[in-house]
Amino acid sequence: MKKFATLTLLLLSWLLLVNFNTGQQFAFAPYEHLSDYGFFTGNIKMLQPAGDVMAYDLATPLFSDYAIKDRFIRIPAGTQAVYNDSNIFDLPEGTILIKNFSFPEDFRQPEKLRKNIETRLLILQNGAWQAYPYLWNEAQTDAVYDPLGGIQHIGYINYAGKAINTRYIIPNQTQCKGCHRQGDANMQPIGIAARHLNKDFPYAEGNENQLMHWQRAGIIRIPEDTIPANAVWNSAQFSIDQRARAYLDINCGFCHNPNGAANTSGLFLHAANTNSTALGVGKTPVAAGRGSGNLQYDIAPGHPEQSILIYRMKTTDPGIAMPEIGRLQMHKEGIALLSEWIAAMR
Amino acid sequence: MFRKHFLVFVFVIIAVSSFSQPEEEKKLMRLFVLAEDNSIIDLPEGTFNLEQSLWLDGKQHVTIRGKGMHKTILNFAGQVGGAEGIKVTNSKQIIISDLTVQNTKGDAIKTQEVSGITIRQVKAEWTRGPHPENGGYGLYPVQCSQVLIDSCEARGASDAGIYVGQSKQIIVRHSKAYENVAGIEIENSLYADVYQNEATNNTGGILVFDLPDLVQKKGGYVRVFNNNIHENNHDNFAPKGNIVGKVPAGTGIMIMATNNVEIFDNNIINNRSAGTAIVSYYISENPIRDSSYYPYPNHIAIHNNTYERQQVRATSKGRMGQMFRFKLRFGKQVPHILFDGITDGQQPLQLCISNNQNQSFANFDAGNKFKQISRDTSAYNCTSNALPAVVW
Repeated sequence: MKKFATLTLLLLSWLLLVNFNTGQQFAFAPYEHLSDYGFFTGNIKMLQPAGDVMAYDLATPLFSDYAIKDRFIRIPAGTQAVYNDSNIFDLPEGTILIKNFSFPEDFRQPEKLRKNIETRLLILQNGAWQAYPYLWNEAQTDAVYDPLGGIQHIGYINYAGKAINTRYIIPNQTQCKGCHRQGDANMQPIGIAARHLNKDFPYAEGNENQLMHWQRAGIIRIPEDTIPANAVWNSAQFSIDQRARAYLDINCGFCHNPNGAANTSGLFLHAANTNSTALGVGKTPVAAGRGSGNLQYDIAPGHPEQSILIYRMKTTDPGIAMPEIGRLQMHKEGIALLSEWIAAMR
Repeated sequence: MFRKHFLVFVFVIIAVSSFSQPEEEKKLMRLFVLAEDNSIIDLPEGTFNLEQSLWLDGKQHVTIRGKGMHKTILNFAGQVGGAEGIKVTNSKQIIISDLTVQNTKGDAIKTQEVSGITIRQVKAEWTRGPHPENGGYGLYPVQCSQVLIDSCEARGASDAGIYVGQSKQIIVRHSKAYENVAGIEIENSLYADVYQNEATNNTGGILVFDLPDLVQKKGGYVRVFNNNIHENNHDNFAPKGNIVGKVPAGTGIMIMATNNVEIFDNNIINNRSAGTAIVSYYISENPIRDSSYYPYPNHIAIHNNTYERQQVRATSKGRMGQMFRFKLRFGKQVPHILFDGITDGQQPLQLCISNNQNQSFANFDAGNKFKQISRDTSAYNCTSNALPAVVW
């Protein structure tokens, strides 16, 4: 009898749990306007985070055609992210990652006259991440949801004072998955990992390590261990090897890893890879087609000019260029970094 | 006068039937981005000039169909983003049919991680013909299962026209591949039937390869039968660094490092360098760093094929051309079936060559500096159990 009661109780609580869970499910439809979410306070185009929205950045970011990227995270009040040292943090249901892409009129004065182009949202809903692109209007008063993205013409003065007129691709919803999907799993964020976030950020109250700041804000608990940290790709405080690996990790590693879309190539450029052949050293290409550029190896030690990796960065031809999405321009500084890295290899 | 009118008429036709960016492209992109499971993406008749890939991801039971191979033409000559024409990823039960994809910067149609992919009456082509700057692959299922390529055409690929890589359960049939470096290639793939295809004027007609450093390591159980593989003598125009760049012009069929392959009932005609070549990965002279990779072909049967060739020399181009010219010295009497003789020395070699019309053979002893080139087939005069048909 007692056994029966226990069973019933178990069954009941299980049913309750299921009900509770399904009760939590909600059919999410993206808001039509970015302003509908209430992420920002004041003039929306200035991107001043409101309330529980927190700005962050990454030690080494993905190159996105020189766009300036502002990143924000909103974790639902009363919930926490769960730390781990190598992968994306386990983020709570309802978390929203916000990434805004803008170009200043003149990169020599990047804070003046910035034009927002697009804002991408990654929202964790019912246990799965979904991507929502928003396109800014000409008046910069709001951005509108458009799953199709688009191609825009943009113009600016670059760091060297040169006028640049170019096209810029706003990825559509499917293209978002090109970087954010891992294996069979649904989409994943890329930057919300210890090694990318473990750096100082200029908060209003002053500089502070981002992970410590998040802990103080109560949205994560950081263990007492050593926390991994990627190098800052353009900081002389780090070795050339650390900088190059950090650059490859964030720019290539989301596809070039054993679970990523580029695993067909056997070329693994994520931070955790320790196999030098898989990293490309002396590795011949598999299905690179004309992406090989008549070269023999992904990385030819000592010879950036003979390395396919550099060849594919040094072009804007979509049949050759890497990454495959989101790059219509060459990242000269990134090319210089990786060339220096390969040139120093023996 | 008549000619002038005719030209005007042609221009009018082109102007009417060619749609361009951005509205038309956005319409097509919408069909792909917002496609739902269990639906049909109907592509209208006409030529569409597109700047970005059409990409379907994470869908089940979706059919992408045009109005006909020569009626719905997607032209990517002006492509700025995404290297493929049509791309399908992480999906189940997808059909692509009745359309042409032209002039993509990268691969024409790539499907990755799709279980159940049918490509039927689809043409992938680079309209300028062979060119090293054409995209790599025409029809390119990779990491897929239950792959059916039926009644398709592929032309001009700078790597392989029809290329199935790292996949399982594959049928390629009733298709035509011409003016590619490799016509049809089955690479690191398991259980493939390749039949009733025509491969002509490629560098190599049909290739069955196992390569190192890949996720799906081991291919095999590949049957190539009832194909018409003729005049595959085109100069190799693959960019260097690619394995197919090593294939000598004039190759009918090449089996590289794959095990369990059956080649039968094919017409293998006028391929000047090698009607059928059976080689280890060592012939590529590429280093092998993948310790789990098996570089030797084994369990190969070549039977009941018809061979013919004209009295011409093998190619003298490329590294393999040098080999023909300076080491093998066959002159104009090139044997139809060539074996590099490189074996692992541990496992017994099972290579059966029997009942072929006009059969001729050479083991060219590549592992021993070509010292003992042998025409003796007595060791290979055997029959083996037929491989099973591919079913699913």
